[in-house]
Amino acid sequence: MLETLIEALQQALDLIWSGDPEIVSVTLRSLYVSGLATLLSCIWGLPAAVLLGLSSFPGRRLVKGFFNALLGVPTVALGLILYLLLSKSGPLGIFRLLYTPLAISIGQSILITPIIVSFVSSALESTDVELRDLARTLGASRLQTNLAVMQEALWGVTLAVVASFNRAIAELGVAMMLGGNIRYVTRLLTTAIALESARGEIAFSIALAIILMVVVFSISILLNFLRRG
Amino acid sequence: MTEKTAGRIRATKTKTLIVIILVAIVIGGVGYAYLGMQGTQKQHLIVSTTTSLYETGLLDVLKSRFESEYPSINVSFISQGTGLAIQTAMRGDADMILVHDPERELKFLQEGYGVNRKVIAYNFFVVVGPSEDPAKVRGLSPTDAFKKIRESEENKTTLWVSRGDDSGTHAKEKRIWKAAGFDAAKLREKDWYLEAGSGMTATLKIAEEKGAYTLTDLGSYLMNLKNKNIKLEILIEEGRDTLNVYSVIANNPRKTKSNLDASMKFINFLVSDEGQKIFGEFGEEKFGKPLFAPYIKLLKSGSGQELISWIQELAYFDGSECPTEYRYQADQLYQIIFRELIAYTGIDRIENSHPSSCDYYA
Repeated sequence: MLETLIEALQQALDLIWSGDPEIVSVTLRSLYVSGLATLLSCIWGLPAAVLLGLSSFPGRRLVKGFFNALLGVPTVALGLILYLLLSKSGPLGIFRLLYTPLAISIGQSILITPIIVSFVSSALESTDVELRDLARTLGASRLQTNLAVMQEALWGVTLAVVASFNRAIAELGVAMMLGGNIRYVTRLLTTAIALESARGEIAFSIALAIILMVVVFSISILLNFLRRG
Repeated sequence: MTEKTAGRIRATKTKTLIVIILVAIVIGGVGYAYLGMQGTQKQHLIVSTTTSLYETGLLDVLKSRFESEYPSINVSFISQGTGLAIQTAMRGDADMILVHDPERELKFLQEGYGVNRKVIAYNFFVVVGPSEDPAKVRGLSPTDAFKKIRESEENKTTLWVSRGDDSGTHAKEKRIWKAAGFDAAKLREKDWYLEAGSGMTATLKIAEEKGAYTLTDLGSYLMNLKNKNIKLEILIEEGRDTLNVYSVIANNPRKTKSNLDASMKFINFLVSDEGQKIFGEFGEEKFGKPLFAPYIKLLKSGSGQELISWIQELAYFDGSECPTEYRYQADQLYQIIFRELIAYTGIDRIENSHPSSCDYYA
């Protein structure tokens, strides 16, 4: 049994070295879809986090608690809800988004928004209060003050963004339900792994799994390296 | 650390972050252009289909041939169990279905979701199990084998693995249990009856690990045997009770706004000589024998009357593969076949009520 495993691993590595076009296209698509999802969630997540982390308003703790609770939302549940919404017979069906890469990006961006909001607002909160006061006394506008605090919390913000990208690229439920795993259109690393192992193409799935892990780990390692440098 | 160096480090960090963001944007842009190129100016045809058909890789061959004939149409397959595949189409998220469960196909037609059904191919389910064959079913008829398997399972010597996912294979299994005199709904309570709840390969692997029996389509079995996923052996081969018939049905455009035009082009391609040839040859090279048998080719051959009557008994409704009330702008589809049949066989047994009948042998 071990021999077949080693053989499969060997085949997987061969597939990667040879730059199998299917593997390359699936990898690029995954990076694109999850990259777009991260970008989208930053667009609305970062302002929300600033609001939550740097200002006080009634119910702030409640909102924060809400986002914290959403951190663990099951991907299949979210996928199912969005599937029913985006289906042609659903309320958002007219946009014809189901089974498109954009649908996956939107789904993933919703999935990771709580990570951005929760982590970034915490990072902002933990910056020195005096920094804010100092900036204000030096005559900085509200925006400038927020930017100064953001810069101070840069590491925390970066970490949140990377963590959310990793969660997006590694999730399966949303991609499967909203994308439908269509070859050349919505097949991503995770859905391809699910399919290829379901059809018994073990070497192919191992190759894809290796790539997925390399993507996730290398971003984290790169980040660690940058922090030290 | 002086303030100056601290400031410099912070500046470098900011710069590297900017570089990372730029790289991400470039990757995104390249990816977008790449995906955009594939999707421009094309009609999309979404086919909701079964895992047993998709996992073999046959559909990708059909897709590439069809698309080279109709470059403006882009075919996409969503592969699920037949039950789910039909639901997807009912929700309007697919343009047509390619499935193997006549009973549910009839329901799909009756409820007004589908039009222009066509039987396109068939093969056989097989009962597979460990080579020791603890229940001693080798060579029996399917119903006798099921009876015997159940007996020995009750004696705790064997296990049965069911797909349990509402797929066409699952429906067939339940039907054979019924023919053998058992109610599958009750069997699932037993602890020797394992429900996999997933695709055919996963189910076969469970059977392999547990040394259990299961029902599988021949295609999935040969594929997994070839990939060395399983060592299970075929214990019961083709027969009337294990016949597996694949049909295609277009969505009713009046109900779900589907793309009927593209669907009909694809159906016409599937029943064409070229499409039927692909069905008949696929798998020969890789697995040593073809995984599917083309039905229209069988009709045209004028032989195999017994097999044809089995297929029609299983998969025809009121003696027709698609009763006229479920046809919609489909004269061409059925007439072509009809004329060719006359030419090939010279037999004429059409009922008067079905003037353009595809159901030539009915």
